[in-house]
Amino acid sequence: MGEFRMPSLGADMEAGTLVGWMVKQGDRVRRGDIIATVETQKGLFEVENYEEGVVQELLVQPGTEVPVGTVLATLTSEGIAPPAIPAVAQPVAATEPAVKPAPAPPPPQPALSPQKRLPVSPSARKLAAELGVELGAIRGTGPHGAVQRADVERAAQEKKGAVPTQVPPAAEKPPVVDYHSGMRQAIAAAMSRSNREIPHYYLETAIDMTAALRWLEGGNQRRSIKERILPAVLLLKAVARALAEVPELNGLWIDNRHQVQESVNIGFAISLRQGGLIAPAIHNVDLLSLEELMAATCDLIARTRSGHLRSSEMTDATITVTNLGDLGVNTVYGVIYPPQVALVGFGRISERPWAENGMLGVRRVVTATLSADHRATDGHRGSLFLEALNRHLQDPEKL
Amino acid sequence: MNGGERKARTTYREAVREAIREALVKDERVFLMGEDVGHYGGCYAASKGLLQEFGPERVRDTPMSELAFTGAGIGAALGGMRPIVEIMTVNFSLLALDQILNNAATLLHMSGGLFNVPLVIRMATGAGRQLAAQHAHSLEGWYAHIPGIRVLAPATCEDARGMLRSALEDPDPVLIFENQTLYPMEGELPVSAGGVDIEHARVRREGRDVSIITYSASLFKALAAAEILAAEGISAEVIDLRTLRPLDDAAIMASVARTHRALIVDEGWRSGSLAAEISARIMEQAFYELDAPVERICSAEVPMPYARHMEQAALPQPETIVATVKRMVHANG
Repeated sequence: MGEFRMPSLGADMEAGTLVGWMVKQGDRVRRGDIIATVETQKGLFEVENYEEGVVQELLVQPGTEVPVGTVLATLTSEGIAPPAIPAVAQPVAATEPAVKPAPAPPPPQPALSPQKRLPVSPSARKLAAELGVELGAIRGTGPHGAVQRADVERAAQEKKGAVPTQVPPAAEKPPVVDYHSGMRQAIAAAMSRSNREIPHYYLETAIDMTAALRWLEGGNQRRSIKERILPAVLLLKAVARALAEVPELNGLWIDNRHQVQESVNIGFAISLRQGGLIAPAIHNVDLLSLEELMAATCDLIARTRSGHLRSSEMTDATITVTNLGDLGVNTVYGVIYPPQVALVGFGRISERPWAENGMLGVRRVVTATLSADHRATDGHRGSLFLEALNRHLQDPEKL
Repeated sequence: MNGGERKARTTYREAVREAIREALVKDERVFLMGEDVGHYGGCYAASKGLLQEFGPERVRDTPMSELAFTGAGIGAALGGMRPIVEIMTVNFSLLALDQILNNAATLLHMSGGLFNVPLVIRMATGAGRQLAAQHAHSLEGWYAHIPGIRVLAPATCEDARGMLRSALEDPDPVLIFENQTLYPMEGELPVSAGGVDIEHARVRREGRDVSIITYSASLFKALAAAEILAAEGISAEVIDLRTLRPLDDAAIMASVARTHRALIVDEGWRSGSLAAEISARIMEQAFYELDAPVERICSAEVPMPYARHMEQAALPQPETIVATVKRMVHANG
C-alpha cells in the first residue's frame, strides 16, 4: 500500500491547501499523473504522483489546509483491486500487448464512475473560473439541477461573506488565499533566510554576444515566427554547458553539506503580472536541444502565468537563472534561492564599445553575474564557470 | 429619425403601396408585374390604383405561370430594367423556384461576375388568415438557404416602406417576404420616410434575462410575450432579424452575450428550419455565453390547418413564448 502525502513545494512551505482532486477512488494512477491541485503561498500547483497503483481512499477533503507530509490519499499496489470496486471493473493491465491476434469486441466500459458529470451551463462554468468559485461546491437551481450563472454569483457572494466564519463545511468553500500578500511573504521568508544563512560572493564578466546573436539570427530566418529562438534560451543552454565544467555550482546545501546534483534543472525566474516571482525548474537543460529548450521555456512561462505548474517544477531546481535584460537593466546581483548554491544573472544585451587586439569596435555585449554560496564554492571555481560560459557563447553552433 | 419630423398614420399595406409607387415615380426602369396586380389591385390590395396611375406597361397583369413571369423578370433585369415581381403567396413561388435558384441566384456566379440580376421579388407568406395548407406556409427559411440572393422580412410599417427602395438599389436579387397578417396593421411613419438599412437586425425591446430572436409577424407575438413576462419580473430582449440572409450574426451574439439565454421564434416548420440554423450559430459562436440550452418555438409540423382554432394552435403564440421563457429562466432545482 502506498501513501500520497502533501508535498513540500519549496524550502519555506509548511502547509498547503488541497484545492481539488483530479482522481477519484478506484482510479488507476501512474507515475507522473497529476492527481491533485494544491494551493500554497506561491500559488496553485498541480501535484504529480510518484507511485503506480489504484486510488484506495481520499483522506482529505478539498478546501482543507494540512501540514507538509500529511497523508492525503492511500494507494493500493498495481493489480490489486480495491475492495469497493467489483473485480470485473478492473481495467486491463497496463502491460497489455498492443496487438492481439483476434480482437474480441471491446468490453463494455466498466461503470467505474458513479459520479455523474455535473450539469453546468457553459456561461456558469466560465463565470466560475473568472470568480474563482469551485463548481463542485455549488448547488444548481436550474433545469435538471444545472448550475447557472445566478448560482455561481450566489456562491461567490457567500464565499466573500463567509471569510470570517472559521469553520466552513468541508469541501464547500476553499479558503480565500490572498495571492499578493501570500506570495510576498513566501519570497520574504526565502530571501531573508538566504541573506541570513548564505555567505554570498559575486563575480561579474562582460560577454561579447556578437557572434552568438549573428548565428542565432541566421538560424531564426529559416524558422517560422513561432519557432524562433530567443537569446535568453541560448544563455540558458550556455549555463548548462558551463555547469558541466564546474558542476559544484549545480547543487544544494542541505544539512550543512554540499550536495552536487547530477541533473541540470535550471530554475527560470518568471515574474508574474500580478506581482511576485516564481522560479520553476526546466528539467535537464543540458540534454535539450535549443528548439526543445525554447518550447519548454514557452510552455513553462505560459503555465506559470495560468497557474498550472507541477509540483516537481517547484522542488527540482538545482540552480537559478534570472534575466532582467528585457527591463533595460545592465547587471543583476542576485540573491540565491535556498537550498541552491548559485544564481546566474543576465542583464540587457546592448551595443557597447569593445577593445580587442588593440582595436576599438562596437559589439553587442551582455553582463553575466554569478552569485554563489561561499560555503560550497570559492571565487576561483566561480571564475572558471564564467569563463566557460563566455567560451561556450563564442561557439554558439555547438550549444 | 429625429423627433421633429412630421408623421402620418398609415398601414403596412399602405406602406408597401407607397414604396412601390415611389419606386415607379422615381425610376422609369422600375415596373411591377404579377398575378392580379393591375386590374384587381393586388390580391392584398397592395397595388390598388397603380395601374390607373402608371398604365399597363408599368403595372402588368401576368398569366398564372409563376415560372414564366419570374423568368421574364430575370430577363428584364438582365436587360437593364428594375422589375418588381409579385408572387401571390410563397406556396406558389415553388413553381418559380427553378428560375429563382437556377437563374436569379446563380447568374452572377456563372457569368464570372459579368451579369448582375437586379430583380426584386415580393411575396406574401405566413398563416393566420384561414387560407389553409396551400396558401399559408412560411417558407422564407428555405429561401434563406440559397446563396446569391438576399432575403428580407419586413415586420414594421417603416421596414415595409423602406426595404423595397433599398432592395431596388441592390444590384443582385432580393426577395421580400410580407406576412399576410400584417397588411392591415397600423403604424406611424414620417412623411418623408426613405430607404432603410437591409444589413442589420434590430433590438425592438431591450432586456436582461433572455433574447427572443424572431422576425416578421412573430415579432409582435414576441413583444406581447415580453410585456407579460415583464409583469412577472422577467426582462426579455426582442430581436427583429429583418434580414434572413445574410443573417446578422453579430447582433444575435451580442444579445446572447447580454442575456445568456436564447429563444428563437420562427413560423417555419422546426426541422431544418431557419431557427435551427440560428441555434447552431449560437452554439458555434456564443457557446460559453449560454446559461441554458437554446430553445425554439416553431410551427407545428403539419400542413397548415384551415379551422381557426387549429391554425392558431399550430402557430407560435405569445402564451407558448411566455411559458417557454419561464421554463428557461426560472429555477426549478
